[in-house]
Order: sequence, then C-alpha cells, then structure tokens
Amino acid sequence: MTDKKKELKPNTYKFDTLSLHAGYQPHKNAGSRQVPIYQTTSYLFDDVDHAAALFNLERGGHIYSRISNPTVGVLEERVASLEGGTAALATSSGMSAIFLTVMTLCEAGDHLVVSSQLYGGTVNLFRLTLPKFGIKCTFVKPRDTEGFKKAIQKNTKGIFGELVGNPGNEIMNMPEIAKIAHDAGIPLMVDATYQTPYLCKPFEHGADIVIHSLTKWMAGHGSSMAGILVEGGKFDWMQNDKFPTMTKPYEGYHGLSFAEEFGPTAFTMKARAEGMRDFGPCLSPQNAWNVLQGIETLSVRMKKHCSNAEEMVKYLSNHESVAWVSHPSVPDHPDHELAKKLLPNGRGSMIAFGIKGGKDAGVAFINNVKLASHLANVGDTRTLVIHPASGTHSQMDEATLKFAGLSHDMIRLSVGIEDIDDIKNDFEIGFRAARKPRLVSNQ
Amino acid sequence: MKFKVNNHEVFASTGGRPFDKKKPLIIFVHGSGLTHMTWVLQTRYFAFHGYNALAIDLPGHGLSSGDSLKSIEQMADWVNDVIDAVGHKEASLVGHSQGCLVTVECTSRYPDKIKTLSLMGGAGAIPMNPELLSLAENNDPKAVDLMMDWAHGPAGHFGGHPVPGLYHINTGTMLAKSRTIQNTLGVDFRACDNYKNGFEAAKKIKCPTLSILATDDKMCPVKEGKKLASLIDGSQVDIIDNCGHMMLLEEADRVLTVLKKFITTNYPPLSS
Ligand SMILES: Cc1ncc(COP(=O)(O)O)c(C=O)c1O
Repeated sequence: MTDKKKELKPNTYKFDTLSLHAGYQPHKNAGSRQVPIYQTTSYLFDDVDHAAALFNLERGGHIYSRISNPTVGVLEERVASLEGGTAALATSSGMSAIFLTVMTLCEAGDHLVVSSQLYGGTVNLFRLTLPKFGIKCTFVKPRDTEGFKKAIQKNTKGIFGELVGNPGNEIMNMPEIAKIAHDAGIPLMVDATYQTPYLCKPFEHGADIVIHSLTKWMAGHGSSMAGILVEGGKFDWMQNDKFPTMTKPYEGYHGLSFAEEFGPTAFTMKARAEGMRDFGPCLSPQNAWNVLQGIETLSVRMKKHCSNAEEMVKYLSNHESVAWVSHPSVPDHPDHELAKKLLPNGRGSMIAFGIKGGKDAGVAFINNVKLASHLANVGDTRTLVIHPASGTHSQMDEATLKFAGLSHDMIRLSVGIEDIDDIKNDFEIGFRAARKPRLVSNQ
Repeated sequence: MKFKVNNHEVFASTGGRPFDKKKPLIIFVHGSGLTHMTWVLQTRYFAFHGYNALAIDLPGHGLSSGDSLKSIEQMADWVNDVIDAVGHKEASLVGHSQGCLVTVECTSRYPDKIKTLSLMGGAGAIPMNPELLSLAENNDPKAVDLMMDWAHGPAGHFGGHPVPGLYHINTGTMLAKSRTIQNTLGVDFRACDNYKNGFEAAKKIKCPTLSILATDDKMCPVKEGKKLASLIDGSQVDIIDNCGHMMLLEEADRVLTVLKKFITTNYPPLSS
C-alpha cells in the first residue's frame, strides 16, 4: 500500500543554489536582484525604545557598521549556509578572523595546541604575538595525531590547524583530532582557506569553528581582503567550566550568558558583541560585495582550479626539469588516501614542486615566466608562483628552511583557471630559462 | 535559571534579567523538539520591560533534566507546576506550535491562573505525517531536516535572519539535534499526534487570546489557526505575510511588536 509512495525528502536549497541566493531576500531590498552595497556607517532607530532594544540584544538589527552591516550580513549567512554552520562573522582579513576567534575563546593564562604547518602569518601570531597576551601555544606536526593529545594541558582551550598544511601539503587527520579535542572538552578550529566548502566541509568531520581567509579562493579574483569565522553549533560550552566567558553572565551586556541565550550561535554572538565591538576589524561593505560576487561562481571555479591542478601535477611529474611534485592527488603522497576521504570533490589547487638545479634554477624560472604571476598570494583566478628560498624566506639558512618545510629548489604554485595549455607553455619558458639561466636572462 | 518541578531540574531562560517575584510572569513554551532558545528575540524584550520572561525547556529538552513528557495534557499540568514552583499565582502564556496545544490545554485547565494566552503557529490539532513521525521515533536525523524544511517559509529558506550573521535553517537543525532525536522530537510528535482535545479546550478559554499566524506556514496553516481562534471568545488574530511556521525567528520583529501590544495592554508590566 505504501510502497508506491514517494519517499519524503527535505527540499532545502543545495550548495550551488545557496552560493547564489543564501542570506538575501530581494523583497526586503526594493526588489533589487543583486545584493545592495549598504555604504553607510550607521542606522536610524525608530525611537529610544528601539535603540535600547538593539543595544541590549533584545532584537536583531543593525546599529553601527563596525558591529554589523546588511551587505556584510548577507556574506556571513551565505558562508554559514555553505559550510553547514549556524552563524558567521566576517572580518577585514583572514588574519583578523583568526585573531578574533582566539580572543573570543581564550583569556590570558590559556593554552592552545596548534598544527606546526600553517600559513606563515598565522605561525607568527601563535608563536610571537599571542604570548604577549598571555596565551601560549604548543606546536605539533599535522601528521602526529597522538602528539595533539599529548600536548593538551589543563588550561588548553582548543586545537587549531589547517586541513592541508602549507607548503608541504601534509594533511591533518581531522576526524581523529576532533575526537581528541572533544574527549578533552575543547573545540577544534580549522582554517579551511585552501579547501573552501566546495572541497571540504570541516563541520562534517568534527570541526567546531571554521575560519577562512576569504581573500583567497572564496572571493577568488585577487581583488579584496576579507576573512570569516563560522560556527558549527554542536560544541557544548556548558559541559565543563573551561569557558566561563561563554557560560557566565557577561558584564558587557547586562549579565548576558551567551551559551544560555544563544546556544548553537553563542560563539559568533560573543565574537561580534565583544570582539568586533572592542577590536573592530570589520569588513567593508564593498569588499563583502566583491567576495559575494566571487562566491556566486565558487563551484564552477573550484572545479576548473582542481582539474587544471591535476593536469599540472601530471605535466610536472613527467617533466625532465622537475625533481619532485607534492600534491595530495599524487599516488605516493603520504596522505593520498586521507585526502580522498576528506576532499572527495578535488584535492585543491596548491602544488609544490622541486626544480632541478636548485636555487639558481628557481630564480631563473620565476624571473622568466610571463603568464604566471610572481606574487605573495594564493587562490587567485590567475596562476601564481613564488620561490620561497629567494623571496619570502630568503633570510633563512638551510636548516631553518627545512624546519619550515621548505627547500632551495621549491616552487609554490597556485594553479589558476586559464587555459591549461597556456599555463604549460608558460612553464616551458620558465624551465628553459632554468636550464640555461644566463643565456635566457641575457636575451 | 534552574529550579525543580516534580524533583527534576528545570532550566528556564530569564531573558538576561534576574528573576524578580514582584514582576508579572510570562511563560514561553517552545515547539516540538526545540528549546528555550527559539524565543530569544521575544524574551529579552519583556525581561527588560517589567516582566519575568521565563522561556522554559520542557523536561528532557534543552538544559532541563528528566524524561520528555508523553502527552500534551501532562505538559499542560507541568506548565501549571512551573507557575507554582517559581512562586507565582498567575501567568501569561505564550506558545509556539506544539507549545500552542500545551498552553491551550493549560489555560482551559487553570482558567483562574492564566491571564492572557498568545499562540504562534497554532492549531486545534497537529496530526503528524506518519512517515515523519516514524523517522523521529526511529532517531533518524532526516526527521529534523524535514521539519526544518517545512517549518521555514520560502523567504526563510533563503535566510535573512534578523540577527546579523545567523542562518535560520542550520541553527534550528542544531537546536533540534542537541539532544537525542527520538527522546525529544519523537516523543513530542507522538504527543501532538495523540492530542484530540484542542478544540474542546479552546471553547473553555475566557482570557484575552492572540493568535499570530503566517501565510506560508505549512505545518499549521492559517486556515487551521483561524479555526482554533474562532472557538476562543474574542480572540484576536494577526496574520504575517511572506513567512513560515518559524515566525518567532523568521519575522521576529513583527511578532514582537504584535505580542508587545497585546501583552502590555492585557497584562501590564510592573512599572519602574
Ligand atoms: C591558510 C591561510 N590562512 C590565513 C591567511 C591570512 O589571510 P589574510 O591574508 O586574508 O589576512 C592566509 C593568507 O595567505 C592563508 O593562506
């Protein structure tokens, strides 16, 4: 009797649709199909009662664009929806998103366990700057899952890592490390900049807070700085007494307990109400809009980024001028299997490779490619290259380079979405120059 | 705050203000499988304007201990016990969805105690889709996903949360998954499905009553809400356009404006 009945299925919007629509209702914005740029600092109150209600978090709404802005709000909801998160807070850069996350979680005297393979700016924050605020960190190699457990102390408030380390492409075993964090009653924070929610949704693998430098693939076009922290909503702040600023009455809002009142969105509410209010790294509405434009085509771009990257991996692996190639799609990559599990839609577009001929060859390659851009960014629509040993890390000696996971021959490549043949042809120019450095550079 | 009812600890949010016996009491009763947090955009306002706003977690839900109550009638008696437990003689009730069944039943049982009744997304009966009921009773997370789909109107599906940065559907999902689904949603859905006394109870209600309904509510459609309201003497009805069953979040401000006017008129606050 019931056999023929159609199975009930939720009809909530799916990823590609959310990329274009989430967080925005045209009928509340003069019917404007595109998200308007609310270029304003502040918002009219209806009356004094309304003003007081907004300040007391009695009702939702905007007060001042440092705290929130309607255009930025659309971006926040859109990224929350794509990640499968409950709430998000956008910031002026990826670094400020990481800083706000830590400052929302920690007090002076607290400790974090941190993956050692992180973006250099993040390493500086954890190693040099946070100790100035009384927050100490223990670094653990991303593959050393047990090491994360051993490094947890009584005052540890969380674990932080990037899913795929930079530049060595080492992958953190997120589900196992999440379990270690949760057994210790602390959250796992993951910087998923390199993946975007198209490649991996860390909340599905146990992460509690996800951070993005939206500057990179999410915005995608190399035009705008932006960052975001996203909350998964599962972490129970009240399970122990480690997070009093989340669970106890907060003086700054008439005794509000964020965990009691806002439960699955408590962390974001606190990050905004306290962190954004007091530190102030707000995102401009224009940049939020630029990022939204990028996110509209996230799936389309990421597919092309990944397919171009896999083509480049093949090309480089077979090239006479290349000593080695590191990318999770390479079968002998130590985390090849884990990558398949955590990154089923593609392994990302960051490749590291060694050029034969060492540092001089690297310099010649970088100085001679014409299409690939030599600059300090990743995740542009255009192909980007950098030779850390001669540029960003030129002060380092061999041993320090090695500790940072770098070598003299390493070139880091962020594969763009140009025609793949044009990228390869450009690399041929670079490799030719690398084989005969002087000859080409004298041309 | 925490207090005890029938030897079980009950959690209720007080909207960020300490409980004060001198102030009139409003009790907010959440819907199936949900918690006190659905009321955050109403309770804080009342708490800061002369009321004790108590958004309770039903037994076994949110931060309250004990097992979930198995019938609407038991929940109605339990709400009455809450009034006694916090040392009050009377209260105004506000319910959402299943909370409407509970507050309607409670008001009909304790007419002298309940001073006003506000219903959001209410109906006289909430028969459950058998497949949804069975998914919830079998602890299948799909029950929550279906509920979140049906509970939000077309506009709510896009987002546009009144609190900047929050995303409706995922927040609701996390609330409904915060405890074991079969012990919360499963028990609640069964209780709703079993409850048949709504229309009879409504006829006994004499206190000022408000029904807030929403044009895109698939779970308790306007027609059903109006039917219930028509049985309650002098009941006031307010209909919100472009909004689904989760009106207390989807159109939190509209709801608050209507609720504020209704409650302050019929059950005035303690003036400071
Ligand atoms: C993984 C990762 N996280 C964070 C950042 C910092 O982001 P932003 O430059 O937007 O401050 C970067 C920047 O390169 C990054 O690569």
